[in-house]
Amino acid sequence: MKFALLVSEGPYTHQASDTAYQFAAAAIAKGHEVMRVFFYHDGVYNATRLTEPPQDDRHIVNRWSKLKEEHGVDLVVCVAAALRRGIKDEVLAPGFRISGLGQLVDAGIKADRTVTFGD
Amino acid sequence: MKKFMFVNRKAPYGTIYALESLEVVLIAATFDQDVSLVFVDDGVYELVKGQDTQGIGIKNHSKTYRALDGYDVEKLYVERDSMAARGLTEDDLLVDVKVLSSAEMAALMAEQDVVLGF
Repeated sequence: MKFALLVSEGPYTHQASDTAYQFAAAAIAKGHEVMRVFFYHDGVYNATRLTEPPQDDRHIVNRWSKLKEEHGVDLVVCVAAALRRGIKDEVLAPGFRISGLGQLVDAGIKADRTVTFGD
Repeated sequence: MKKFMFVNRKAPYGTIYALESLEVVLIAATFDQDVSLVFVDDGVYELVKGQDTQGIGIKNHSKTYRALDGYDVEKLYVERDSMAARGLTEDDLLVDVKVLSSAEMAALMAEQDVVLGF
């Protein structure tokens, strides 16, 4: 099955991003495709390479980057949501790209299931 | 064509969800999809007439709901119990909506291809 994911909350404060990642990893392990993860609202904070969690904690941002590197998952950050929160190309972690909300609608059209991870 | 439903559950101000939901709806409308908007829980407050945000210094985005039919977004649904629990009637709303029971709302949701909640 082809999945699209929407992540609506920032990392660490909410579990949404962790659950989305675990869902994506589990789906891929089962042979499904995760075509895109779209980051909206405070979810755009998942994309900043300035993130430095304590060493004994998970690195949520790097974990997403690795998902792109290893499985080609398209990581899209909403441009309008990103700009209003100070997320720009120069702070993007590897594997993320900034694009429009059309990419969320496009994912909804192309995927078999669109799954939201929010509050 | 797919059926997209946007479920609005939050008050218009206090968090950004209502505004950013509206931004997705306007984009979805340009993709020629079947778009429905649903207002439940505090989301019904998004449609209340006479919003005045001067005191909180935040842009009043409620006028955008009136512009939705210009984008061919004409399916707006409000859940009856959410409205009644807040002492509101259809006369308090700034756009024409269809009022549904929670069972009817559930049936409508079950018909959708993509449901996005805000």
